[in-house]
Amino acid sequence: MLTLKPTSDFYSRALLEYDRVFSGDGAPRPFADLRRRGRDAFEALGIPTKRDEEWKHTDIRKAFPSDVSFFDPVALRITLDDVASHSIPGLDGRTIVVVNGVFEPSLSELDGLGEIVITSLRASADAHPELMQAHFGRYAEVGENSFVALNSAFDLDGVFLYVPDGVIVEQPIRILHVIDADKEVIVQSRHLFVFGQNSQARVIETHHARTGSVNSFGNHVTEIVVGRDAVIDHYRVEDEGDNAAQVNTTQVYQQDRSVFSTTTFTFASGLVRNNVNVVVDGEHCESSLNGLYIARGDQHVDNRTLVDHAKPGCNSNELYKGIIYDRATGVFNGKVLVRRAAQQTNAYQQSQGVVLSDDADHYSKPELEIFADDVKCSHGSTTGEIDLDALFYCRTRGISFEDARALLLYAFAHDVVKRVKLEPLRDWLNARIDERLD
Amino acid sequence: MLTIRNLHASVEDHEILKGLSLEVKPGEVHAIMGPNGSGKSTLACVLAGKEDYEITEGTITFKGEDLTEMAPEERAREGLFLAFQYPVELPGVSTMQFLKTAVNSIRAHRGQGDMNVAEFLKLMREKADFVNLDHKLMQRSVNEGFSGGEKKRAEIFQMAMLDPQLAILDETDSGLDIDALRVVAAGVNKMRNSERSFVIITHYQRLLNFVVPDFVHILLDGRIVKSGGPELAFELEDKGYDWIKEENGEAIVA
Repeated sequence: MLTLKPTSDFYSRALLEYDRVFSGDGAPRPFADLRRRGRDAFEALGIPTKRDEEWKHTDIRKAFPSDVSFFDPVALRITLDDVASHSIPGLDGRTIVVVNGVFEPSLSELDGLGEIVITSLRASADAHPELMQAHFGRYAEVGENSFVALNSAFDLDGVFLYVPDGVIVEQPIRILHVIDADKEVIVQSRHLFVFGQNSQARVIETHHARTGSVNSFGNHVTEIVVGRDAVIDHYRVEDEGDNAAQVNTTQVYQQDRSVFSTTTFTFASGLVRNNVNVVVDGEHCESSLNGLYIARGDQHVDNRTLVDHAKPGCNSNELYKGIIYDRATGVFNGKVLVRRAAQQTNAYQQSQGVVLSDDADHYSKPELEIFADDVKCSHGSTTGEIDLDALFYCRTRGISFEDARALLLYAFAHDVVKRVKLEPLRDWLNARIDERLD
Repeated sequence: MLTIRNLHASVEDHEILKGLSLEVKPGEVHAIMGPNGSGKSTLACVLAGKEDYEITEGTITFKGEDLTEMAPEERAREGLFLAFQYPVELPGVSTMQFLKTAVNSIRAHRGQGDMNVAEFLKLMREKADFVNLDHKLMQRSVNEGFSGGEKKRAEIFQMAMLDPQLAILDETDSGLDIDALRVVAAGVNKMRNSERSFVIITHYQRLLNFVVPDFVHILLDGRIVKSGGPELAFELEDKGYDWIKEENGEAIVA
């Protein structure tokens, strides 16, 4: 028997629970080494507390379920109608469905993939051993992050997406995550996207819940490899309802001359922590990290970004905006690291929060760590109330206080939305933003 | 239309209007002239309902109703319009969306339904031509990146869109070149009719060459100290404000 530290009591129970649920499903158990390292690291790290600098404003323990259930073993209840109910009008392209962290081929559009590979992680271990060997678990560090460690400790069966060298995926790929549970549940998902040299693709990950009536805790890790000269846009939309907490880690690795963007929209949720880490390990890359969060009620949205400039001649650009109502909290912490070798780096970062009630909070902290001498880096961070002169101006035109406020906030949010390059996605987001600002 | 009686108003406990009275009847154009710091812009802000201004004494009635009881948007819906001295830029708010919301809010107040898109676009084009406003500006965010003159013309354009009964022009002429001034004045003159009233607040007499007022009032230290016809404006232009100050026993600042 293992001797477990107090912090990992949770883990041992979790493991038993997980093995119980999946025992006898006959699926292969690859990635044994990563599982082991993940488990060891989680045991060593435990669940962070507010004493950890990285979790200063976010009490993740509060959101963590006390009674561990990793899987509410309901039969697959999500139907194609449910999937259709989340469709983005006018958006062409295939939808890939992930239910409770598990890739569901039966609900996913997998016809006519051509050279593109979309499969489950477990299947890919057999079918694409070299790619998996080269990339899986290579970017998201288990040793530094409890939640990556916890995620890596399980052989999760998420999505493996591979776009070979030179392939342009014309239509966007939508990955629809749905939580479906009857009792409090922890849902973990794990994905690996590998974009080959000179490839192009757009991926939209969205997070929903079937009913949203039970508490859930999500722990998601997506590793994204952007090959030389590849052009990749990634979007994430979080809208699971007030009862859903999640930690979402997007770990990106960029090679020479690649262009990558990721934009995160957080709407209805409980406690959310997004980690977006981009390691720019190639010359002349472009990286764009954006976010918009509209928090109401008791929501807590914490965005943390890291851009790690390791090579010369790259540009990074960040824009995060938060609108905080009621008793909600918004946090932005953006770190830009410019390593010694990364000369001629241009790094620009902007964070803005609008706080709409006395009980709402917004914390914003930019961090620059620069070891190269020939760089241009700037950051701006503002937190404030809505512009009263602008509000008054609107009202003198007959526009009600509420409509004027919504109009101004919509405009504030628009700066982020306009970075979304897909028009149908933009329209869909605008409609949702309208509802959230009402 | 508008009756102001013995109005006292303060900003942060500092009294600026000290017993101002004014009567504006339908169809009349009143010019209020005064040196800097006399309380001209405060009067405009108080009429439009800006929150920082506290009315400590006196009454304002608009169409028989107590104006001070109304929120800024209610005043606008009842037909009051303020052309701002410094129009506010609204980055990201499209001029179209802004005016559509405004027009439909006012229509709703009058018991009318939303204007359909085609009608609305037609109205926008018509009214933009009315003040020679480049149609491209309507594609932009409200006032964002507009030049000073464009902002002032855009205010008159908005006025034309909202079709008010009482328009207050707060130093709309200041900073305008003569061509833009002519355009603004032409806009006002075209809107002049027996039902609509104007209060033109200005430092200079120049605009009044183009928009001939029915009455001219001189505002000094928070009070109207002299009223007359259009000739009063010319007198001011000739003699400056000093003789008025002297008449009112103020020390002349050289």
